[in-house]
Amino acid sequence: MDHVTIARAMFGTTMGFHIIFATIGVGLPLMMLLAELMYQKTNDFHYAVMAKRWTKAFAVLLGVGIPTGTIAGVQLSLLWPGFMEVIGRVMALPFQIEIYAFFIEALFMSIYVYAADRIPPWMRIISLTLVAIGAVASAVLISNVHAFQGTPAGFRVENGRIVDVEPWKAFFNKSFLVTAGHVALSAYTTGAFVVASVAAFKMLKAGAGSMLYGFHKKALMIAVIAGGIFALLTALNGHATTQHVFEDQPEKLAAAEGLFETQTHAPLTVIGWSDKEDREVKWGIEIPWLLSFLAGNSFDTEVTGLNDFPEELWPPLWVHTMFNIMFITGSLLILLAIVTVFWDKWLKKDMFPKFLLWIFVLSGPASVAAIESGWILGCSGRQPWSIYRTLSTANSVTATGNLGLLYTLFIIVYAILGAAVVFVLLYYFKRNTVLDDIHRAEQKGVPLFGSNS
Amino acid sequence: MSDAIIASTVLWGFVFIYSVMATMDFGAGFWSMVYLDREKTGATNIANRYLSPTWEVTNTFIVALVIAIYSMFPGAAYTLGTILLVPGSLILLLLALRSAFLVFSNVATEYRKILTYISGVAGILIPALLISVLPISHGEYVNFGDDGASLDLGKLFTSPNEYAFIGFAISSTLFLSSLLLSDYSKVSNEPEAYKVYRKDAMIAGPISLVMAILIMLTLRTEANWIYDKMMDDLPLLIASICFFLVGGVALYLPFFTKHNVTGMPRAAVVAITIQYLIASYVYGKAHLPYMVYPNVTIESGFTDPNSFRAVFATYIAGFAILFPGFVYFWKMFMKDSRYLQKKQSKNPLKGG
Ligand code: HDD
Ligand code: HEM
Ligand code: HEM
Repeated sequence: MDHVTIARAMFGTTMGFHIIFATIGVGLPLMMLLAELMYQKTNDFHYAVMAKRWTKAFAVLLGVGIPTGTIAGVQLSLLWPGFMEVIGRVMALPFQIEIYAFFIEALFMSIYVYAADRIPPWMRIISLTLVAIGAVASAVLISNVHAFQGTPAGFRVENGRIVDVEPWKAFFNKSFLVTAGHVALSAYTTGAFVVASVAAFKMLKAGAGSMLYGFHKKALMIAVIAGGIFALLTALNGHATTQHVFEDQPEKLAAAEGLFETQTHAPLTVIGWSDKEDREVKWGIEIPWLLSFLAGNSFDTEVTGLNDFPEELWPPLWVHTMFNIMFITGSLLILLAIVTVFWDKWLKKDMFPKFLLWIFVLSGPASVAAIESGWILGCSGRQPWSIYRTLSTANSVTATGNLGLLYTLFIIVYAILGAAVVFVLLYYFKRNTVLDDIHRAEQKGVPLFGSNS
Repeated sequence: MSDAIIASTVLWGFVFIYSVMATMDFGAGFWSMVYLDREKTGATNIANRYLSPTWEVTNTFIVALVIAIYSMFPGAAYTLGTILLVPGSLILLLLALRSAFLVFSNVATEYRKILTYISGVAGILIPALLISVLPISHGEYVNFGDDGASLDLGKLFTSPNEYAFIGFAISSTLFLSSLLLSDYSKVSNEPEAYKVYRKDAMIAGPISLVMAILIMLTLRTEANWIYDKMMDDLPLLIASICFFLVGGVALYLPFFTKHNVTGMPRAAVVAITIQYLIASYVYGKAHLPYMVYPNVTIESGFTDPNSFRAVFATYIAGFAILFPGFVYFWKMFMKDSRYLQKKQSKNPLKGG
């Protein structure tokens, strides 16, 4: 691999690892909050037990999310100093404000976890709300930098120098809202389906009709309803995102859709892979006219194909696959939620068929896969630019060579952390079962949350 | 004052706050490892009680610091990113292991020992690497070529100056953390732990002073420019040493409480903090105007004035918003006797 490629791979690996924890770190606090609110509403202490157990999982995940985020933040300036030079001059605000969001999350997370038994319930809910706000704010702000990379604003380049800097104009760049919205909504979707995944797996193990089955079914239902709503919103917003990409980064859209010929009434091609030699998508299924409609709300919209761009400015063609994974997963999640709510509320069945539960088990990993694909589409689809049509990736990279060894070390550490976090979660929840927690909650005088930390 | 001076003052403030918090953080992790097997003193317990709620907050400060550097001095970003790639990456790797295993050690109780050892050892190595940024910024280990700067690792790691800095970082970490923990144990009413930490502070203190003097001696030969400029402020350096002595006296001073504990750790903490504040002011002032000697100065690295104003405004707004949060946090974990005097068998964090 050449120098830039190793740097790209290295940063992509870091982000791909961080995003798993970061996304769950945004989604899970919302689920905890929903459970706490359900508890206040129904007084069914199962919900308090749920919130407590999710908090524990969240605290463990933070143990990886925070250091990998720190790596991401510092690595950005170590690997891409050319990029950070521009960002520092023009787009420092989101990073700066993000720090305050991190502080809010960190302060109130500690209070929620370590002081839960000393503060009144309303303060617990306020703390948790602040944790959730801090988490989603950091996601919104960091995605804004990504938005800026696609639609830079608030400065001009004159003879290679950056002039006329307007930091707030850069902050409110054209795709800020739609991108930030997509990231936040998709994180909530993912958080919910990850919870659903675990709950469904536990239901399969508990066996229909048992008390545990009932407990996990409550968790599943919160997750399905929240997840279904957010999946729908994600898809609606994804439509807006696609239109933005169509307007602002047409080569990315063309690559994502596998469109080579410029045309009106352009078809949407799902599945299949783009072939560079023959300039067409192999084994794809074409839905006539749909792409033109998606891109411009009208079948007459002319969509520019890759053939009209110089080949050296093409993004990698496999982003078509990334787009498919995200798009198909999103659609299936909506379908899954509708079927489940129909089954539960309409047909009023107490039990779920096993195959449905197995689909739920898969839904969490599938959402994470959608997140990964979406980001790889977003970042790799921007290549060869690091800031669209302003700064190339090759001009952003560090001058220090020999990244191979460091890259290897990072991979080893991520592997260790990944294995350890799975092990620790399994270990803890095996030793502290739902029944233990329920038992503890039933006993007077033994604070449930005191054991939270 | 020019904007660049204001920016470097803010940066210096962040560095100072982070160094105090980080020494506490990494030091507490280390002590909780050292005293793991001596349960009855409660020393590990005290360290963990401090560490558990604070490590996240401390970690956020290092991120704030890095972001402050490239948002206020983006012109230095290219050089800094390039020369710090290797040491920076090593810090990140250690930090990742340290934070993760710290959290895990409180969850997977059966494996607590090995996990605490990994995080304790990784944690004490981090200050050693972090402080290396200072000698690197003095410039003798950096080659400025046509296609940018590069770090001469061989030269760095054979220099006595680097090792003086490393020695100082580790001994200061142990000193400040044991001092603060002795105060914390006293507030928490844990006389056994207090005695342990007071003794540690009394050992680590003089060592860190010796290391500081070694730094000066080696700077004289290796980075004479900064040595000379520091010596211009000799009276302040002497004042700093005086505060060190005050701190020492406060530790030994008899002080009567219901537990018959000697020493006034709170006074010692204040004196020693002032000592470090003065010393780092002298160092910081001497370092100006260079960020990386001699090619990158605060003026050449400084950001666009519009950006600076916007960033500065968010500092003020952010501080105003966060301040109540910090106060509440402080009350919950540093003052609340229900937290401080929690009597738990082994570990306040024990899950379940
Ligand atoms: C659960 C995750 C998830 C789901 C179900 C979807 N997305 Fe998405 N998508 C993301 C998660 C995501 C993401 C990971 O959050 C990305 C990466 C960059 C970004 O802004 O959001 C993203 C990016 C992204 C982009 C590229 C934006 C850019 O380059 O800046 C487009 C065009 C879409 N999405 C479109 C869609 C459509 C049409 C969907 C229809 C269902 C969809 N997404 C569902
Ligand atoms: C859009 C994708 C991202 C999302 C949704 C996201 C979200 C989060 C969240 C929720 C946290 C809190 C820790 C946790 O819950 O696990 C976190 C931590 C962190 N993230 Fe990310 N992040 C993203 C990308 C990035 C990137 C690209 C960077 C680097 C520039 C970054 C830097 C950080 C840092 C520095 C932390 C640690 C904060 C601390 O010390 O408290 N993140 N991120
Ligand atoms: C968190 C989820 C993310 C993932 C999984 C991800 C993934 C990737 C990947 C795979 C690459 C390499 C691209 C290639 O060379 O093909 C990359 C590059 C990059 N990404 Fe992202 N990214 C994420 C978020 C972000 C965010 C939020 C930012 C903005 C702060 C960002 C900024 C960059 C930069 C600066 C590069 C360097 C190469 C370039 O400029 O294109 N990434 N990312």
